Amino acid sequence: MTTNGQSGLDGTIASPWHGSGSSRIPSPVYTDEAIYRRELERIFYGPHWSYVGLEIEVPEAGCFKRTAIGERSVIMIRNRKGEINVLENRCAHRAMRFCQERTGKVMTLVCPYHQWNYNHDGKLLGVPFRNGVKGKGGMLPDFQLEDHGLNTLKVAVRNGVVFACFDHAVEDLGEYLGPDILACFDRTFDGRQLVLHGYSRQRIPGNWKLMMENIKDPYHPGLLHTWFVTFGLWRADNDSRLTLDRHGRHAAMMSRRREEVKQNVEEGVTSFRKNMQLHEPLLLDIVHESWWGNDTVCMTTVFPNVVFQQQVNSLSTRQILPQGPDKFDFVWTHFGFADDDEEMIERRLRQANLFGPAGFVSADDGEVIEFSQQGFEQDQAFSTWCELDGTGIGPTDHMVTETLIRGMYRYWREVMEL
Amino acid sequence: MIVDPDLRYRIHDLYAAYAACLDDARYGEWPEFFTEDAWYRVVPRENYDRDLPLSTLSLKGKAMMKDRIYGVESTIFHAPYYQRHLIGLPLIDQHKDGIVKVEANYFVTRTKRDSLAEIYSVGKYLDEITIRDNDLKFARKFCVFDNDIVANSMIYPI
Repeated sequence: MTTNGQSGLDGTIASPWHGSGSSRIPSPVYTDEAIYRRELERIFYGPHWSYVGLEIEVPEAGCFKRTAIGERSVIMIRNRKGEINVLENRCAHRAMRFCQERTGKVMTLVCPYHQWNYNHDGKLLGVPFRNGVKGKGGMLPDFQLEDHGLNTLKVAVRNGVVFACFDHAVEDLGEYLGPDILACFDRTFDGRQLVLHGYSRQRIPGNWKLMMENIKDPYHPGLLHTWFVTFGLWRADNDSRLTLDRHGRHAAMMSRRREEVKQNVEEGVTSFRKNMQLHEPLLLDIVHESWWGNDTVCMTTVFPNVVFQQQVNSLSTRQILPQGPDKFDFVWTHFGFADDDEEMIERRLRQANLFGPAGFVSADDGEVIEFSQQGFEQDQAFSTWCELDGTGIGPTDHMVTETLIRGMYRYWREVMEL
Repeated sequence: MIVDPDLRYRIHDLYAAYAACLDDARYGEWPEFFTEDAWYRVVPRENYDRDLPLSTLSLKGKAMMKDRIYGVESTIFHAPYYQRHLIGLPLIDQHKDGIVKVEANYFVTRTKRDSLAEIYSVGKYLDEITIRDNDLKFARKFCVFDNDIVANSMIYPI
């Protein structure tokens, strides 16, 4: 017998969904271990591109950054030809996760257990005692170094941003993103030299998809986040556009901030504070950058593991690292551009106070995700109600909709066959 | 150089008062520990060690600190929690020009309602204290924390 979301002995999983749509998401989608294992296999280790980092994080040959895709540890490393490789952090010999530093620079990658030694492309260069000692032991004559390299992922680098995939049959990155999402990506990453500002990391006790939902949900920012609604950064009455790729898996939310905010959006939005004044107006010292065009914010979600943030002058990538069905690590990488002057650098860093684990408009996103997860855990028979603006899926010219979340779950149901 | 014993006692008192202010949740009083143009910064050790400028929080001036407290008390939705600061013996470097540099380890626990106490932040204060009119204030306070994966969110000052 299988229950909702539970796996049978034959690896089957009974679908926890009721009906065919994607607007009523059942609790086990967020809590069930077997469903989560299938997500890792089909989504994170299947034919989907995952963000791994920025090229500037590995500026020279031998520079590496350790990160993960799903729960598999990987190393992004630059080789002597200047190319970026992404290698699985697992020795071909005894599975050691040999790389423990987050970043560094190496001549070769050496697993300390038995000193198997790999080059920057993951090729095995040599192993100790290959021919034995004093004619005894060692590898058999058919041992070939080229059969024992590190697992090498397929890599795509676009304008300084590095993606990787375990499945070498994955489609081209441009096709994967589709034209509309690609345009949002290229708006920020147009080939300009990037500058790394640093990292914020948080562990959020909720299912990883809740973060994707959060950034596909334009309904909440003008309600949960006082700063957004009071200072006009994100309001239901701002000019805005939502778009998604043809599968519904990726999305972007673009909006234009109000310079003058005098009134509440509508009666009863309690997060609006008419008389709220900053003691230090510099916190919102926003300077329009020419590449923005009309939009002052563009939040792009690329399935399954990254959010690209442009929120006024603050820029970041936000990477999702799932850690079981009920928690994930969220890694923010803030950056600027090489041609930023001192004032702009300072401005980006100051506006970073809005974001990250302590951010004025994002500390509470982590909190609400935690409490949603608690609600799913306490009632497996529950389904969310995600029908703001109906049950359809498509681009809109307003924010009062949950269409992007429905788009992601339509795709999720196809891939997961649930 | 041997630190003047009177100054040492006053610095101990300053840290004890600072911890009590935060642990008693008297957040409105917190900016008063700083000079007008002080820099309060909470930064993961990873960024600090690598000279990466991003902070978890970077508040320059008392005005920005007041805005933070308004956010903490009025705009950021979060589960309530208690903090408890244990601050180690300060390492004091007395300077002639009226600035005293102090390093002190800290250990902060977080206790949410209906939960056990947990280790929340472990790090080191890198501070500069000014003495004016016989009054000690922080001109700079960097909180450099080791456990750089924050347990979801960071609301109250450290």
